[in-house]
Amino acid sequence: MNRLAAFLAPLTLVTAILLGWELACRWMSVPVYLLPSPSAIAASIAVDWSPLAAAAWTTLSMALTALVIASVCACLLALLGGLNPLIEQAVQPIAVTVQVTPVVAIAPLVMIWTGLDHPGRAITILATIVAFFPIYSGAAAGLRAADPDLERLFDLYGASRWQKLIRLRLPSAVPFMVEGHKVATALAVIGAVVAEFVAGSGGAQGLAWRIIESANRLQTARVFAALVVLAAMATLLYALVTVAERRILGWWSGR
Amino acid sequence: MTLAQLRSVRVDYRRGPALGPIDLGLAAEEVVALVGPSGCGKSTAMRLLAGLEKPTVGTVERAAGKGETSLVFQAPTLAPWLSALENVALPLLLAGEARDTALERARDCLEQVGLGRAVNARPAQLSGGMAMRASLARALASRPRLLLLDEPFAALDEITRRSLADDVLRLWAETRPAILFVTHNVEEAVYMAARVVIMTQGPGRIAGDVATPGPLPRPEGFRTSAAFRETVEDVSRILADTMKAAA
Repeated sequence: MNRLAAFLAPLTLVTAILLGWELACRWMSVPVYLLPSPSAIAASIAVDWSPLAAAAWTTLSMALTALVIASVCACLLALLGGLNPLIEQAVQPIAVTVQVTPVVAIAPLVMIWTGLDHPGRAITILATIVAFFPIYSGAAAGLRAADPDLERLFDLYGASRWQKLIRLRLPSAVPFMVEGHKVATALAVIGAVVAEFVAGSGGAQGLAWRIIESANRLQTARVFAALVVLAAMATLLYALVTVAERRILGWWSGR
Repeated sequence: MTLAQLRSVRVDYRRGPALGPIDLGLAAEEVVALVGPSGCGKSTAMRLLAGLEKPTVGTVERAAGKGETSLVFQAPTLAPWLSALENVALPLLLAGEARDTALERARDCLEQVGLGRAVNARPAQLSGGMAMRASLARALASRPRLLLLDEPFAALDEITRRSLADDVLRLWAETRPAILFVTHNVEEAVYMAARVVIMTQGPGRIAGDVATPGPLPRPEGFRTSAAFRETVEDVSRILADTMKAAA
C-alpha cells in the first residue's frame, strides 16, 4: 500500500460518514435537538468559537496542571522507593488501591475538602490522582529494569547506592518514564473531564461543563461542538506527546 | 603470586548444585581459558573470582581488590544513553577520578582497541564487534590486575572473533593482567590461553588442565601448526569424555 492511499483511506471514510450523516439529517428531517447535522455543528462551533476556546483552555490547563503535579509527586516517590525498597513496598498497596478505585467515587469527598467554591481545585486534584499511577508505576518499573550485567559492573566498580541510582537506574528508567507520561497525559484529560462532570456546577467552566449545560437545554449542536473541540484538543495533545516521545527516545538510544 | 583462588568451592542454587567442588587458581600475569559444556557453572566460577558472589561451601581468596578486577560479558553491556567515550570512562568516574583525566584515559583505551574515531558514537551506532571492543576498552580503563572475560566473542562472526582474540593478547602483552577467559570454543581456548582448564557437565568440576604450546601473543601461522592442532585434539578428547561420562 503506498503512502498516498494510506493517507487518503481514513480521510475518505470520514468524509463519507459526514456526507451520509448530513444527507440523512436533511432527507429524514431529523429534529435538531435529537441529531444535528454536521453543518449545524460546524455553524455552532463558528458562532461559539471564543467561549469554546475559553472552555477548552480551562479544561486543558487543569489537565496540564494535574499532569505536572502528578509527574513531580510520582517521580519523587518512585525515586525514594528506588533508594529504599521498603518505601516502595509500603507505597505499592496504597498506590494500587487508589488506582483501582474509580475517580468518580472519590470526587464527592474531594469536592467537600476543597470547598464547593473551588471546583477547579477539586478537578485538578482528581485529574492528578488519575495521572499519578501510570507515571509512578512506569518510573518504579523502570528503576528496576536496569541491565543486570550493568548492575554487576557497577557493583564490581564499587558504585554507591546513590551512584547506581543516578548513573544507572535513573537513565535506564527513561523509556519507561516516557511511556508512563504518555499514558498519563491522555488520562489527565479524561480525569479532568470526568471530574468536571461530577463537579457539575458552573464554578469551573470547562468543556465538560458546556456539554452538560447544553445537553440540559437540549442544545444538541452545542453538545457536539464541545465534543468536537474536546476530541481535537486531546488528539493534538497526543500528537505532541508522541513527537516528544520520539525525540526523547531518539536521544536516549542514540539512534 | 596467586591473584585469585577458589579452594574446595561449591555453589548450590535453589534448583540444586551448580558448581564444584572445585579448586581453581590464577597466578599474576597468567592467561587461563575455562572450557566446558553449557550450564557447567563457568560463569558462576567467574562471578566468584570477581567477588560478586559467595560460595555455599569453601573459600575464595582474592589478592586483586574490587577496583583491580574487570569483567567483560557475552553482550557488550554498554549503557545506550552514553557515548562510547563516556561508557569507557564510567569505571573511573565511579572510582571518583576527575572527569577530565577519566575521559582522557578512556580516549587512550578506545584508541588501543582501534576505536579512536568512534569515541562519540553511541552503542546503537556501533557494530557488534566494535561494541565488544568498546566493552574491552572499558574493562582495561581501570588498569585491572585481573581481567575476567565471560564468553566475550560468543555473539560475533568468525573473522571478528579472530581479530579480537589477537587484540586481547596484544593488549595483554602491554600491561599483563591475569586473564580468565571463559568459552565453549576449544580452538579459541587453546589459541588464547597458556593453560586450558576443562570442566565437566554441571555441577562443574575440573576434568583436566592442559598447558598449551608456544608463546603469547601467538605468532603468525600458529593456528595451522601441528602443536596447536594436537592440543585442540587433546582438549576436545577430554571434553568429549566428560560428556560421555555424564550421559
